[in-house]
Amino acid sequence: MSLLAAVETDRLVGRLNPVAKLLAALVVSLVLLLSIDAVSAGVALVLELLLLPWAGLSARQLLRRTAPLWIAAPTSVLVTALYGRDEGPVLLQLWWISVTDGSLALALAIGLRILAVGVPGIVLLATTDPTDLADGLAQVLRLPARFVLGGLAGLRLAGLFADDWRQLALARRARGVADGRGPVAAARRFGGQAFSLLVLSVRRGSKLATAMEAKGFGSDATRTWARPSRFAARDAALVAVGVLIAAAAVAAAVVAGTWEFVLA
Amino acid sequence: MTTASGARVDARGWGWRHAGRLRPAVSELDLVVEPGERVLLLGASGAGKSTLLAGLAGVLGGDEEGDATGELLVDGRPPADQRGRVGLVLQDPDSQVVLARVGDDVAFGCENVGVPRDETWRRVDEALDAVGLDLPRSWPTAQLSGGQKQRLALAGALAMRPGLVLLDEPTANLDPEGVVEVRDAVGRVVEASGATLVVVEHRVSVWLPVVDRVVVLAAGGGVLADGRPDEVLGRERERLTEAGVWVPGAAPAAPVRHRASSAGPLLQAEQLAVGRRGTRGPAVATGVDLVVDDARAVVLTGPNGAGKSTLALTLAGLLTPAGGSLRAADLLADGAGPSPSRWRSRQLLSRVGTVFQDPEHQFLTATVRRELAVGPEALGESPAEVGSRVDELLARLRLDHLAGANPFTLSGGEKRRLSVATVLASRPRLLVLDEPTFGQDARTWRELVALLAALVDEGRSMVAVTHDAEFVAALADDVVALDRAPAREAAS
Amino acid sequence: MSVSVSANESSSSRDERPTAPTSPRKPSRRWRVVDIVVASVIGVACGVVFWAWGLAWTPLDSALSFLPGLSGLLAGGWLFAGVLGGLVIRKPGAAIYTEVMAAVVSMLIGTQWGFSTLIWGVLQGLGAELVLAAFLYSTWRLHVALLAGAGAGVVVALLDTSFSSIAATAVEYKVVYGVSAVVSGVLLAGLLSWLAARGLARTGALSRFASGRSAEARV
Repeated sequence: MSLLAAVETDRLVGRLNPVAKLLAALVVSLVLLLSIDAVSAGVALVLELLLLPWAGLSARQLLRRTAPLWIAAPTSVLVTALYGRDEGPVLLQLWWISVTDGSLALALAIGLRILAVGVPGIVLLATTDPTDLADGLAQVLRLPARFVLGGLAGLRLAGLFADDWRQLALARRARGVADGRGPVAAARRFGGQAFSLLVLSVRRGSKLATAMEAKGFGSDATRTWARPSRFAARDAALVAVGVLIAAAAVAAAVVAGTWEFVLA
Repeated sequence: MTTASGARVDARGWGWRHAGRLRPAVSELDLVVEPGERVLLLGASGAGKSTLLAGLAGVLGGDEEGDATGELLVDGRPPADQRGRVGLVLQDPDSQVVLARVGDDVAFGCENVGVPRDETWRRVDEALDAVGLDLPRSWPTAQLSGGQKQRLALAGALAMRPGLVLLDEPTANLDPEGVVEVRDAVGRVVEASGATLVVVEHRVSVWLPVVDRVVVLAAGGGVLADGRPDEVLGRERERLTEAGVWVPGAAPAAPVRHRASSAGPLLQAEQLAVGRRGTRGPAVATGVDLVVDDARAVVLTGPNGAGKSTLALTLAGLLTPAGGSLRAADLLADGAGPSPSRWRSRQLLSRVGTVFQDPEHQFLTATVRRELAVGPEALGESPAEVGSRVDELLARLRLDHLAGANPFTLSGGEKRRLSVATVLASRPRLLVLDEPTFGQDARTWRELVALLAALVDEGRSMVAVTHDAEFVAALADDVVALDRAPAREAAS
Repeated sequence: MSVSVSANESSSSRDERPTAPTSPRKPSRRWRVVDIVVASVIGVACGVVFWAWGLAWTPLDSALSFLPGLSGLLAGGWLFAGVLGGLVIRKPGAAIYTEVMAAVVSMLIGTQWGFSTLIWGVLQGLGAELVLAAFLYSTWRLHVALLAGAGAGVVVALLDTSFSSIAATAVEYKVVYGVSAVVSGVLLAGLLSWLAARGLARTGALSRFASGRSAEARV
């Protein structure tokens, strides 16, 4: 799955500890999710966009990976504008669709927030290798090695899914069951293929677990790490940058008076 | 490489019953293997060879997974307490790769056992060298061939410096080149380290140069024969052949043929180029000219990566040709048009039957009977007709006692028979088979070859992709050899 | 157990599988390596489906947008990983772990919801986990699966109506969303997962798990 593969880069971002990237993106996302308003999302987004040149991705890679955002944001804007909570002067009324000043403002906020929450996550993780992330989680955050590495092994098996899926599709064509247009037939085909893929994957997973145990994995003996994962000053700096962006977003919204804590 | 002293194996009345089964997999086993010995373990299926190896590696699981009787000791202690003393290599190359980079995967075992970092990387380089994998540490494991993956698994086991090396059918899923690579690597390593070796495989002649002792397990429990290779193979020749072992020197019996006359060409390929993504991707093989005649068998051979499977799937109408022309004669097309890749799935079903390399990719339903009925039902046959075809096939392929079983629970040979049976249910004129004899023991091989010979004699055509020289000798009317593609495209 | 079953292991032992365990086995709470790896595999497989579902969500959501809040019916498509993992692995934490794995994978491939996918995943998994824990991890029948799906549905309903774009709609729509999400959880997450787990057990893929061995027996 090419979208799962990390982008190789010699830039600084490639040398940052993945755990730092994770924490930075997490902080920004968590804070932004606490309020729906255009100011906090907008400020965060602007700051993030300013930092994009250091992300280590070319323009083309960037566009490709953030593609889901460019589809989702406009759609959500539209839906919110039409059905959002109504406040203020009505601009358009048609059956139960009502566009008001309030709903337009909300729509803008939602759109900006989708981008502001999505960009750091996607961009930071694009240059992260899963194995390095696992090393970081186990060595820096001290998560149990069995779970982190077991999870990583499962993730690696996913790389075989695309090939398996293609083979399963060809097999169904050969067995005479691949015809049939329409959503119901497509859904049945998808379901059948997905189940077959699940069976194959679980079997492979069981065999892989045995192979890992045969290499001594899973016992309580202390483990060493061949690839050191260290949390250096520049990693702490990245996390600090994340915290600053979040703080700036909140501060700006509070000052502008638009901060609305969702749970309030 | 510093020598690891060989481990000693002691089994005293050892038995193991998997949880949820009535009969034990192994019972009453008494066996001693001295340090440094190299043992080839044989036996009929169900004799418990895999279970014994798993027990020696300490991966059988605890009380949750089964009951043990007697004792099984490595160097006088239970195997589960000595992770790292025993190395195990299994059959499926894809299910043993743990990490995404070659160096990391080999280092995995050392990390688990607590080897310090610098020592780990030194051992990684040594192990890669010992198995002959001349690749940088950051090479992606996803781009390795089957033989390379098996050598990688071997390197990972070796990096732990085990005293006991266990191999469970390591070359079953490999092409001839890969088989020799792995065998040579094992030979070198065992020679250099003095470790004890236990190999399970039915391809005896491959391992004879490396082993110095043969042990045959009996199906009911215990040891059937034990001694020097030439003695045991000589004495037990018949029983071993019956059990499906490829005893060296016994040529597989060629089936008796009654050839039908050919009614003309079915498929014609001219300057055909094939690719895994049809016209959209790179072409894996180009310039192929071949003709498939009625009631004749064409065999595609060639080295790994030459595009044999892709060519077979294109001939079967499952992939679009990347270039050149592929025409189906009226005899085959029967009004559906000259391009097989344009036929609808149901049209393809009654004209061409494809058997994939891995039968599990083709299973669609939950019982063998329903599996056989899928084809005829898709063709719209009446229930009575479907029922009679299914019964006929169950009988012919000796699957009657399995009619209600889930296809995934069948053994390897039975799965292969089932996938051939499902293809026959829709009575296609052309059969396309991808590596039909991969990993099969001698007995299943004989059955399959006899069946395919009978089908061709009945008037069907066959296109088979294979590495198997005996298969070619027994069945091929025409051999098309593909050369290795000039440039190997990087995996997408 | 299917440890590297050599290609021609006999099938005769398969027919003798008893319908009830022949000796009582105390289920251990500790996670074995095979538990972790298979839970990860299920999580990853579900994660890919989640990602695909996320892509399909945008057109489906617009199709349902004549009554906003109905898009809650789609919510179940992101909840079945946890229930399925819980039913297969049958150990404490399985539901959370599998749901989180699925969320992480769908996030890595790239969804529009970015990091919130992870946060939602943790809480959704918790919703299912709490139900399974309420049954003391010892009952695994259909009603437990349906309730676990409902539990995850309740969580996602609360989360979405508070924090996501649905939060910006009027109260009536939020209620519709909540109800739809729970229904979706019961059907898509509860029922579908139970059927999938049962199907998996029948293929013999779960022979190393209690869920595979007691396919016929009721626990």
